Amino acid sequence: MNGNWTLFKRNLSEFWKSFRRNKLGLLGGFLVLTAVLVAAFAPVLTPYSPKDIVRDENGRGLTFTPPSIHGPLGTDDAGHDVWSQLVFGARISLMVGFMAGFIAMFVGSLFGIMAGYFGGGIDNLLMRITDILLVIPDLPLMLILVATLRQMDLNISPLSVLIVVIGLLYWTSTARLIRSQVLTIKERQFVARARAIGAGHGHIIRKHILPQIMPLIVANTVLILSTAILVESGLAFLGLGDPTQPSWGTMLNFAFDRSAVTNGAWWFFLPPGLAIVWVTLGCVLLGNVLEEMLNPRLTAHHLEGDQNMVMIPAPEAK
Amino acid sequence: MTAPLLSVRNLTTEFHLPDGKIARALENVSFDVMPGQTVGLVGESGCGKTTTLMSVMRLLPASGRITSGRALLKGNDLMQLSERQMRAIRWRDMAIIFQGAMNALNPVMKVGDQIREGIELHNLMDREAAEKRVGELLEMVGIQRARRDQYPHQYSGGMRQRAMIAMALACSPSLLFADEPTTALDVMIQAQVLELLKQIQKELGLAIVMVTHDLGVVAEVCDTVVVMYGGKVAEYGSADFIYNQPQHPYTQRLLASFPGLNEPSDNLASIPGTPPRLTNLPTGCRFHPRCEVKVDACARVDPPILETSPAHYAACHLCKGKEAIFA
Repeated sequence: MNGNWTLFKRNLSEFWKSFRRNKLGLLGGFLVLTAVLVAAFAPVLTPYSPKDIVRDENGRGLTFTPPSIHGPLGTDDAGHDVWSQLVFGARISLMVGFMAGFIAMFVGSLFGIMAGYFGGGIDNLLMRITDILLVIPDLPLMLILVATLRQMDLNISPLSVLIVVIGLLYWTSTARLIRSQVLTIKERQFVARARAIGAGHGHIIRKHILPQIMPLIVANTVLILSTAILVESGLAFLGLGDPTQPSWGTMLNFAFDRSAVTNGAWWFFLPPGLAIVWVTLGCVLLGNVLEEMLNPRLTAHHLEGDQNMVMIPAPEAK
Repeated sequence: MTAPLLSVRNLTTEFHLPDGKIARALENVSFDVMPGQTVGLVGESGCGKTTTLMSVMRLLPASGRITSGRALLKGNDLMQLSERQMRAIRWRDMAIIFQGAMNALNPVMKVGDQIREGIELHNLMDREAAEKRVGELLEMVGIQRARRDQYPHQYSGGMRQRAMIAMALACSPSLLFADEPTTALDVMIQAQVLELLKQIQKELGLAIVMVTHDLGVVAEVCDTVVVMYGGKVAEYGSADFIYNQPQHPYTQRLLASFPGLNEPSDNLASIPGTPPRLTNLPTGCRFHPRCEVKVDACARVDPPILETSPAHYAACHLCKGKEAIFA
């Protein structure tokens, strides 16, 4: 176990060394990491609770005030602090995005691996399901699904509905990507060798297929996260978010509903928009770089290292 | 006389092609492998050598079907076993060294882990003992134990081939299939690998079935030779006999096209034409369109396999002998 740990630490430090060289990846990582940290430490970073009404020295509520000493990003129409909403909104946006992204990734990987590995009828069935989901326009379908699920009185929170709907609709591209990769891997000879040593399907998928597509899955997850966050913002902007737990999309929805634009209250609608760009851009940059890096075949060569490690067997004496 | 370790009897394998055609890749293939012996399967590309190994291991791709025949390993018919029973036998009793070791190793798995994989799957020993065994196997094939934790791309071509051999020996099988173990290696490494195989065979007493194009390799290591043509056995007998008194015209031409060191000539001899397409086999003897000594019967009647002398078989109308029945 100890050996594994040191090996893991070594791999991690090597990973970091090559990651550090990539400026775009670093930028992406920085963007994502700051957003996550801000969400995690939200209470520490905010002067008010998002529901507090900000008042001036005379106790008057401040509505639509530009950035001032009372709040770094001003206040909205009801006198709530925009900065506090933005910081707490990060929690909602990231949580919905991450959870939906992971559901999509899981379903997509499962469908992709099953379809690619088993082929034949299973492949046909799973891929036709994927095709159907691909050709239905996403946005109307999601609107209908979210609206109906809300009506059905299922006793689940509005945010969970969003998570499930996004997660169960955005796995199609992942499934296709992974299926095509599995198709090429399963024809490789080491899979035939695994069968020859007496391995069953479960073993082959776990030990030989999964490690090969893991880089793809990791990189794709990060990319799917950005999509999920964007989609969540879109749905929330259209009023399908949870008004009691506002995400960045919900903030934009409020801003437009309450005529922040006509009032010139740019501090109300610009920050959430920029925050969305911040996180999605970070995910895309990070995802692209991870995809390049997590490929062990590009890292080392057999002539590297200790030359004396090659031993030539002495020919047998005749 | 000792019982054969593996008896292949009248094995027939077909491939169902996407366009609906059926390619008969093997037809009535029969041969024996004695314990501790080396059998060479030789012939041109596409004549069914690898398919024979894959059929015996029951590792054909989804389009392949074994339509008839038996393969008795220590008396058990492999063709009758369930997939689960088959899995238990693979690697434990018969292991295979694949054609081109670079592709048969998983590029993202440490070589040592890949060697241990088979031991683990068959629950032969605990992890610590398995680790020790991996080290011993690596040393047996001339690779330092320290290389255990390296990945295949950190190995050279010859080392990968030797790692494959170590892997095949992991569960101490009694039968080893080697599918062109020396192709794609340079001559020096080829010699090393062959030397290693011979040495291991002597130490462990295993039987080897070797698929190869290289008649030099056959002469060097094989006791018995099966010459295949178009999915059928053309000639089958001891290596000595086949080299010195080849009966089948195909074997004769094959041997003639191998340049000798003693009588170098400017032109390499070759057999005109190409092996038959398996979807469109010629009538009669499969070799007759390319045969120089064909007679009328060759185009009409498929020659039966004849026992031309004790334990030597050839399928040719020109040979004399009584018809051999493999049952």
